[in-house]
Amino acid sequence: MAKPDLNDSQRLSAESLALIDVEVAKYPVDQKQSAVMGALRIAQTECGWLKPELIEYVADYLEMPAIAAYEVATFYNMYDTQRPGRHKITLCTNLPCMLMGAGELGEYLKKKLEIGFGETTEDGRFTLKEGECMGACGDAPMCLHNNHVMHTHLTTEKVDELLETLK
Amino acid sequence: MATLNIEIDGRALQVESGDTIMDAANQVGITIPHFCYHKKLSIAANCRMCLVQVEKAPKPLPACATPVTDGMKVFTRSEYAVSAQKSVMEFLLINHPLDCPICDQGGECTLQDLAVGYGGSSSRYQEIKRVVVEKNLGPLIATDMTRCIHCSRCVRFGQEIAGVMELGMAGRGEHTEIMPFLANQVASELSGNVIDLCPVGALTSKPFRYKARTWELSRRHSISPHDSLGSNLEVHVKDNKVMRVLPRENEDVNECWLADRDRFSYEGLNTAERLTQPMIKQEGQWVEVTWQAALEFVADKLKAIPAEQIGALSTPYRPAEELFLLQKIMRGMGCGNVDHRLRQSDFSLDSKAHGGFWLGMPVTYMSRLNRMLVVGSNLRKDHPLMAHRIRESVRWYGELNLINAHDDEFLGKVHAKRIVAPSQLAATLAGVCVALAQLKELPVPDVAVRGIVDDIARKMAQSIAGGGQGSSGGEARAVFLGNMAQHHPTYSQIHMLAQEVARLAGASFGVLGEAANSVGAVAVGAIPGCGPLGQPAIKGLNAQQMLSQPLRAYLLLGVEAELDTHDPVSALNSINAAEFVVVMSPYKGKSLDYADVLLPIAPWTETSGTFVNTEGRVQSFSAVVKPLGETRPAWKVLRVLGNLLGLAGFDHNDSKDVLRDALGETPTGSVQAFLTNEISGVSVLPPQVIDGLERVAEVPIYQTDAVVRRSHALQMTLDAALPVARMHSRLIEKLGLQENGRVSVRQTASALTLKVQRDDLLPENCVRIPSGHPLTASLGPMFGPITAEAV
Amino acid sequence: MSLLTPNSQVCSWTQALDNPGSLATYVANGGYQALRRVITEQMPGDTIIAELKTSALRGRGGAGFPTGLKWSFMPRAFPGDKYIVCNSDEGEPGTFKDRDILRYNPHQLIEGMAIAGYVLGARVGYNYIHGEIFDCYDIFERALSEAREAGYLGDNLFGTDFCFQLHAHLGYGAYICGEETALLESLEGKKGQPRFKPPFPASFGLYGKPTTINNTETLASVPWIMQHGGQAFLELGKPNNGGPKLFSVSGHVNKPGNYEVPLGTPFSELLEMAGGIRRGHKLKAVIPGGSSAPVLPGDIMMDCTMDFDSIAKAGSMLGSGAVIVMDETVCMVRALERLSYFYYEESCGQCTPCREGTGWMYRVIHRIEHGLGRPEDIELLNSVAGRIGGHTICALGDAAAMPVQSFLKHYGHEFEHHIEHKRCMDGTGH
Ligand SMILES: Cc1cc2nc3c(=O)[nH]c(=O)nc-3n(C[C@H](O)[C@H](O)[C@H](O)COP(=O)(O)O)c2cc1C
Ligand code: SF4
Ligand code: FES
Repeated sequence: MAKPDLNDSQRLSAESLALIDVEVAKYPVDQKQSAVMGALRIAQTECGWLKPELIEYVADYLEMPAIAAYEVATFYNMYDTQRPGRHKITLCTNLPCMLMGAGELGEYLKKKLEIGFGETTEDGRFTLKEGECMGACGDAPMCLHNNHVMHTHLTTEKVDELLETLK
Repeated sequence: MATLNIEIDGRALQVESGDTIMDAANQVGITIPHFCYHKKLSIAANCRMCLVQVEKAPKPLPACATPVTDGMKVFTRSEYAVSAQKSVMEFLLINHPLDCPICDQGGECTLQDLAVGYGGSSSRYQEIKRVVVEKNLGPLIATDMTRCIHCSRCVRFGQEIAGVMELGMAGRGEHTEIMPFLANQVASELSGNVIDLCPVGALTSKPFRYKARTWELSRRHSISPHDSLGSNLEVHVKDNKVMRVLPRENEDVNECWLADRDRFSYEGLNTAERLTQPMIKQEGQWVEVTWQAALEFVADKLKAIPAEQIGALSTPYRPAEELFLLQKIMRGMGCGNVDHRLRQSDFSLDSKAHGGFWLGMPVTYMSRLNRMLVVGSNLRKDHPLMAHRIRESVRWYGELNLINAHDDEFLGKVHAKRIVAPSQLAATLAGVCVALAQLKELPVPDVAVRGIVDDIARKMAQSIAGGGQGSSGGEARAVFLGNMAQHHPTYSQIHMLAQEVARLAGASFGVLGEAANSVGAVAVGAIPGCGPLGQPAIKGLNAQQMLSQPLRAYLLLGVEAELDTHDPVSALNSINAAEFVVVMSPYKGKSLDYADVLLPIAPWTETSGTFVNTEGRVQSFSAVVKPLGETRPAWKVLRVLGNLLGLAGFDHNDSKDVLRDALGETPTGSVQAFLTNEISGVSVLPPQVIDGLERVAEVPIYQTDAVVRRSHALQMTLDAALPVARMHSRLIEKLGLQENGRVSVRQTASALTLKVQRDDLLPENCVRIPSGHPLTASLGPMFGPITAEAV
Repeated sequence: MSLLTPNSQVCSWTQALDNPGSLATYVANGGYQALRRVITEQMPGDTIIAELKTSALRGRGGAGFPTGLKWSFMPRAFPGDKYIVCNSDEGEPGTFKDRDILRYNPHQLIEGMAIAGYVLGARVGYNYIHGEIFDCYDIFERALSEAREAGYLGDNLFGTDFCFQLHAHLGYGAYICGEETALLESLEGKKGQPRFKPPFPASFGLYGKPTTINNTETLASVPWIMQHGGQAFLELGKPNNGGPKLFSVSGHVNKPGNYEVPLGTPFSELLEMAGGIRRGHKLKAVIPGGSSAPVLPGDIMMDCTMDFDSIAKAGSMLGSGAVIVMDETVCMVRALERLSYFYYEESCGQCTPCREGTGWMYRVIHRIEHGLGRPEDIELLNSVAGRIGGHTICALGDAAAMPVQSFLKHYGHEFEHHIEHKRCMDGTGH
């Protein structure tokens, strides 16, 4: 059956599609689905979050069932299937970071942003998330900004500075 | 395969290498508790219920996934094994709602059953239980997702059997949930099987919900009256009412599956539309009468009309006994006007066939074919479980080639396909035939001389002949003709071409029977010119001849003329013009308008009878409930009518007598001997030319017969959506139409306004409008020219 | 330092140099010589595997499986596709060593993977990188381009008919993908849910083809071994524990970080290198091999040497070499609460015991930590942990159970105190 067309706002930019094609090229021709993690990441980076239409679009692009792409999007923590704030701060609170004060830092952030973990500030600027081990425990405590930028050796002062720069 | 010696619970046995512990245990009747394991699905080994002790293994191993090794000693009931099983059971129950008293699965729940043996008496879990949001899966499947135990059977079913992943397990860990993508309905024509697969009450039947408890139901065997597979049924009855229908396992037929049509059609049995009393129309008013009065009236009327002015028509969905008696009455009256091929339009094979058309092979072979060519078939919707078998072949690296007039998703890999306007089906097949002859360096058969070879024809030829690129080198080949091919105005050409293609390729050749009794109807002689098992019989009119110009009287068995015929417009015209019309049907329907006598006959659940499936399997069944009201089994009605008409040989005591009369003492053997697809002497016709647009018409899956048409739940599915006019976007543009706008279409008679739907997989000169639907009945024949213009 | 001198810095020697991750630095110091030699001399795969066996290199990903033996399982002569996959999905709490290899020495990993491809008959390799270290993924992608351009990856390497393509695949936040079969599922574009073994990846791996999976550090050690021989590597460690190893020291030490020291180095020395316990506090407990390894009291640890065998003897595991150091201020209930939350959060959800049991354990410990413990909880926790362990498809079930069992074993009194007094023991946490 013919698929309904996505309207333009749900499509991805040519740049993103080119990046997805680079991912697709990494895998055997009959294994396009392997690129779904990369493709969802690229789509999320462009659009801010993975709304269902976007997941379906990516799934169609990779010729896989939409529900299979949705499974991936909901299995891996770094995909956002709910719209987050402009700046998603993911603070690692796992044991090594906790030993270095991540718990206290978390409390500080919650108080400062007036939100709890998993919540977004009213102005839509910040989302605060509790993260699991990021494989950088030597630099604890640390956080990720919008999935891709890591800030390490955090202190309350450094957190203040960071938040200041994120408009 | 090597044979291994192992021991389970102290019993020595020999097993094939590659078997799992579960396979081995099943062989000797040892039951190992399990949830995720299912013999027809891939092994997930995720529920962990089947943990057993294996000598020398450092931990308990899952029986479903652990291959046996020589000398292995397995203990399924040792303290060690049972303790592992009890551990798993405790975990399964901690988040389970334990709401058995209000659960539809209660009494037939694997979790409930096993919990009795392995569960603790009280729960050590004192924390808050998980609650899972309900999902809407459409009109057929009810959910109580909090009960889900994450066995993933329903997901694997979609991926592996239905061919479409409609359910997934989203999320992670404890928050994993079975769900469709958004609130999409589950639309697979096999979706209901997940109800059987779900070991708990998470997925249950929506129509059956809260209707009965399992222990109140009596279970009776039957045969499905819809497609030509003849799925084996277990019909569950309470208070003389069919409450639900489940598959009865038969590895050779439906395995353990059922198509949704077979499972949910029972809802159409007890509708207000049921005809429960014989009725006669007197001065335009319907009057209820006794059977005696009704049948005497009918007999008197018929005696007064010259026999050759009477036409007898049945649908191919009626039991063989009824079809047999119908033709016996007609022939007894000296007339050969009897037919059941109501949707066929080319009858020129009637004098050229050497027996009844059939699948050409046992159904089971369809699961292991290496090379296939299917012509003119809406496979998935017309033959849901045979399509599943073909998918299975494809999964085993079989190559499927398709020639069709639309490109509906097959849900499996297609090697090559050619989508053409219906008028081009024969020419396209001829191209493949020529390509094959060239490939094999054999003479081109006469029937194919006009065939034009192109790359796709060559690709298909190479594929079915074997030795194509990337081929699996296998030998099991088949050419199949689908419903559209059989309904086609040049069916004889298509059949002849397919026969030649099969011959050249060394393939078997099969005709996918249209309906539950397509094969049986021919076998019992319900066609003109050919009596039971091919005995010579007086000539008569075929269905099209009977319906294209009015006869004086019609005897209609289960026929809803506006829905069951090739050209409902001419059919209705003829019937309306007749002076006397007898309708035998379980339903009133539109026949209230055109009938003179209405005789309430039993649907398949209220009568005994026989369906002969497309592979020639003769399957008899008994009534599962008593007839509703004054309804009578049609074989009895016809027998009495035969008597009243003063005909000889109508003294059967039961339906078995009738079957014996029709097919002899060994029905299966005689039917098998009678079946052949071989034809000869077909003359070559010039290719069909249709200028302008042509119609593509299929009968929607839930419009095939009178019972499914009345199943409320099936009529709520996406497959039962209102008819639209589907067209290629370039055609939409060319005609100045709007997608989702309205279009006025016209064939022979009246014009009809439909919604436009884009379908870029259609040929550009085609308008696809379903047939067999009340909304499109006024349009005309299933094939031929059509016009479309903006409203 | 260079790859040419047989010093004990097998993986981390570039960190002393300028521009440590660059191709120029690597090649100038002997990089890719081993690959060139292996390929141009058409060194038999058996010879290389024998060398690995001599080296007693054991997998650095956690299980410590002998690498030479693993490679010998691969049906190398099997016609058709085969794969080599590197596991850089480092997410085991406490582990952060592979990140430094990716950042400072990516080419040695690329070289190691190419050699592995050559030996194992794989023409394609993938490196699966933990999603949270996106910068390292970038760095590694750049290194791959450099290597492709310079002819160390691609078709007909060094003019021979050996071809090897290598690609990076970024994870996106799932610890379980560190488990090798979950990693394969994830590479195939699915949820990272571990597969039941057998079949093992060597016969049914990526896309159903024979596949060998090794940790980043394992593969990065291969060029060194080919350069200096298995014997030299073995001698850097101790018998059955060849070579040095990267230890990620985190927690309450003055200088957290990676230390590459010979296997067999006393824990006390490692602790000293890491600057000792912070601010003069006392050592309380150590998790010596990543969060999944049983915790050991400080005094037991002080008697251990850092190698697979010694730590196993002490009742824990060397694992991935992640040493989490805790001083006496730590409340063990709170520490375990956080760890058990981790396993609850990261359970993939397919096996019943792990899916249901990790949440159960977390909730009970959470209750205890919040003053709602009950006396029977300790027995319950031990029992639930025992019912998960050994009953699941992958080792995450065991990994979730072991911390609980070991914390209760060594610090049961703290839990009892919490239950009785609804707060921490004096001197710890809060
Ligand atoms: C839950 C779990 C997480 C794991 N995480 C990692 C990991 O992050 N990195 C890694 O190299 N191995 C990890 N492993 C071990 C791998 O399954 C596998 O044994 C290893 O990658 C093999 O490489 P090696 O032989 O070189 O150690 C993990 C295992 C389990 C059960
Ligand atoms: S033990 Fe846990 S993480 Fe491992 S496969 Fe089972 S459910 Fe998944
Ligand atoms: S039946 Fe074996 S694990 Fe579920």
